[in-house]
Amino acid sequence: MKYEAVIGLEVHVQLKTQSKIFSASSAEFGGDANSKVDPVVIGMPGVLPVLNKKVVEYAVKMGMATNCTIARHSIFARKHYFYPDLPKGYQISQFEEPICEHGFIEVNADDGEARKINIERIHLEEDAGKSVHAEEYVAKNETLIDLNRAGVPLIEIVTEPDFRSPQEVYQYLTKIRQIVRYLEICDGNMDEGSMRCDANVSIRPVGQPELGTKTELKNMNSIRGVERALEYEIQRQISAVADGESIEQQTLLWNANKNITVAMRSKEYAHDYRYFPDPDLVPVLVSDEWRNSIAESLPELPEARKNRFMAEFKLPEYDATVITEEKELADYFEKAALTSKDPKITSNWIMGDVSRILNDGKITISEFSVPPKGLAELINLVADGTISQKIGKQVLDEILATGASAQKIVEDKGLVQISDVSAIESLVDGVLATHPDEFARFKNGEMKLMGFLVGQIMRASKGKVNPKIANEILRKKIE
Amino acid sequence: MENFSIRSVQKKIKNGELHLKSIVGEFIGRIEQRDDLNAFLAVYKNAALAKAEEINNKIRSGNAGSLAGAVIAVKDNMAFKGGQLSCASKILENFVSPYDSTVAKKLTAADAIIIGKTNMDEFAMGSSGENSSVKPAKNPHNTSHVPGGSSSGSAVAVAANMCTAALGSDTGGSIRQPAAFCGIYGMKPTYGRISRYGLVAFASSLDQIGPLANSIDDLAVILQAISGNDVHDSTSAPEPVPEFSSRFSESIEGKTVGIPRQYMTEALQPEIADAINSTKAKLIAGGVKVVDVELKMLDYCIAAYYIICTAEASSNLSRYDGVRYGFRAENAKELDEMYTQTRVQGFGKEVKRRIMLGTYVLSAGYYDAYYRRALKARTLIRQDFENAFKQCDLMLSPTTPTTAFKLGENINDPLTMYLQDIYTVSLNLAGLPGLSIPAGRDSAALPIGLQLIGKPFDELSLLQTGYFLENTPDN
Repeated sequence: MKYEAVIGLEVHVQLKTQSKIFSASSAEFGGDANSKVDPVVIGMPGVLPVLNKKVVEYAVKMGMATNCTIARHSIFARKHYFYPDLPKGYQISQFEEPICEHGFIEVNADDGEARKINIERIHLEEDAGKSVHAEEYVAKNETLIDLNRAGVPLIEIVTEPDFRSPQEVYQYLTKIRQIVRYLEICDGNMDEGSMRCDANVSIRPVGQPELGTKTELKNMNSIRGVERALEYEIQRQISAVADGESIEQQTLLWNANKNITVAMRSKEYAHDYRYFPDPDLVPVLVSDEWRNSIAESLPELPEARKNRFMAEFKLPEYDATVITEEKELADYFEKAALTSKDPKITSNWIMGDVSRILNDGKITISEFSVPPKGLAELINLVADGTISQKIGKQVLDEILATGASAQKIVEDKGLVQISDVSAIESLVDGVLATHPDEFARFKNGEMKLMGFLVGQIMRASKGKVNPKIANEILRKKIE
Repeated sequence: MENFSIRSVQKKIKNGELHLKSIVGEFIGRIEQRDDLNAFLAVYKNAALAKAEEINNKIRSGNAGSLAGAVIAVKDNMAFKGGQLSCASKILENFVSPYDSTVAKKLTAADAIIIGKTNMDEFAMGSSGENSSVKPAKNPHNTSHVPGGSSSGSAVAVAANMCTAALGSDTGGSIRQPAAFCGIYGMKPTYGRISRYGLVAFASSLDQIGPLANSIDDLAVILQAISGNDVHDSTSAPEPVPEFSSRFSESIEGKTVGIPRQYMTEALQPEIADAINSTKAKLIAGGVKVVDVELKMLDYCIAAYYIICTAEASSNLSRYDGVRYGFRAENAKELDEMYTQTRVQGFGKEVKRRIMLGTYVLSAGYYDAYYRRALKARTLIRQDFENAFKQCDLMLSPTTPTTAFKLGENINDPLTMYLQDIYTVSLNLAGLPGLSIPAGRDSAALPIGLQLIGKPFDELSLLQTGYFLENTPDN
């Protein structure tokens, strides 16, 4: 029997606001344990939450970027459970009226068709703290609590069970990460936990409308990890069903070292979170005016930018996709392309030499020391024939080493390409005189010696000769 | 008893007739002398005397705040940095607040002296003071009777002249009922009038801080000082604050006072009904029109109130888990046992009863039947008041169905105890201001209190009416 997988995702995105969602403490990652807390974060008796407006703005941006309806009126609810890293005994979240609903993102399905992944809702909530199980304390049956993360703003993006393969999930998560980075609301690093993903997965015979029993997968700390965990879990479920077993509804943890899913200790009873509207907070109202101003502040999103780069700069789709993958890279390209004479050559340079330098140095484009204008200047020198492509690469290394401009390096080092025909002719004559045998064979039709002779000419000129002109002169010699 | 009202004290100190230290000394003397009343959980004797020196100088030099000369007692559920914040509960018995409530900041900024923290029903849950985990406060008019609750100690301290005035909190009558039982003035302002930041939450959508005092004048001056919108409380109202302290004595001639017909039942103690009638006569004589009004939802108030307040309480009190602060049960072997034992040992009987009720009404499958329906009833109760206020500017009602009952009389009968709140809880549900004023004594010489009910944010009419009655002698 042929089975298909049915997958839904819950993605938590930490919003990188300066302060926490309901208090003035810093929301920055890290620092000494419990250094980013205040009475509100600790849940002292008598404190009250006050909503950070920036959080709403960020969530609305995400909703707009994922085609959601933005609620004019949404409310916070309390979700109750006892856990040592949850200070108040409840998490402030949204339940009945979330800030965003009914969005979607498109991915390419395995059959090549576009598949719409529906986003059921995006809601606001606060993060919990962390329980630290340090060895010397575990021995004493004690756990340490660090509340730095408690109260950091989160949005939870919940999809419908619309995925049919782990590959679609991979694409979706890549897009979500790309969008949050474009919006600059989160750094999207799953390994640091600023973006987290839980997946619900079940299988069913192809054609069967009813859903199978689902399991929930947690603890994946990369997009690839989510894909692998799903692949594993789908196979596990298919094998289990083939063996006549039934699927148990449970939560499984992904073990990235062993590449397996492991069942969490089963809970004795189902949680009743006793959600109810938080009486300490007033409804979140997003006026048309506010919404419009947020819409105006939205940056161009990856998809739109890719299409524009193809139209405006005539980039091939491949180039446009690679260049727009990260906002900073696209920004860099766009600035360079606007001052350079040739956008396609600019994209070649960025995808080629610049990317190689970034990879070698393990740095990002924002840490790349050559400004877009500087790169454009270099590209223009190559494009107008002032220097050769080969010299261009040398000049780039020189810019990186010295910080000088391309123009200055070319002038100081006399790297200007020799395009003067009579100058090249005398160089060619010199080379032919010192290599009479090769010249004779070349004249006799051994055309492969062309490359050797041009190479000698380049060497003699320290690479400055315009190779096109040298080629032409050589050809004339045998006519 | 010398007049220690805030304005008269300020005048006398300014003239050099009196020193604030001697006033503080007198109050402290009375606190020590009437220790049997169990009014206080903490007395800041030395700090108050030191502060008296400073404030006295400020008054003399003419740069003192509006509460200079006032010696204030505060219910022990409001946070003062460095001070205890026990809520009369074992679970917070050794807790020291690391921060100031907004009212603490406002009192200090206005140069009030804080004399101590007052006794209360644990976490403000109770109508008699008997739910204090420490000791029950007693009615100064007859110590075998309760002072009312939950702001028991605040009412006792004011009535027994242990301070100029006090702050209490009122979730279902906890300022007005003890004020009535102790024969003083007590106001629950409109929900949102005073910041709740730093008030330990019992039921967030109902809780409101308010003053208790021996005169309308003092009540108005204190209300003025602590009112206003606060960035730390999203539910505090952006409404402008009227000039309570200068306008409380304005005439009420021409106003219309409604008396809710449904409130005048046979269950009401006859002497309280008599007090309503004689007050009505005074108002009419003063040029006020008195009309009957309908409040048909009265029968649903107690039920709706106890569902909503217990639901919120069960949530608000989740934070007392023994993890970060407060009492933690010893010798628990694992986490669940630590939680359970901490809460079993740390909370008193009534608090546990309400946590269980609230947990039940919010549970899956019961939420719609209880909580959601109670919210609907709450909306209807609010509309009931809106309709009644089309015919009048304010209302007059009893504060309580009886005068102060005896200690131990109702403690094992929660339903009878809950019915104590019948006239007061509807105001909290509707968010309206209410003022309890003294209105004579019953045959056992226990004080009678009547309640004035105002439109949202119209505390001023209540003060003006209270002032008129305060200054109109009985026939």
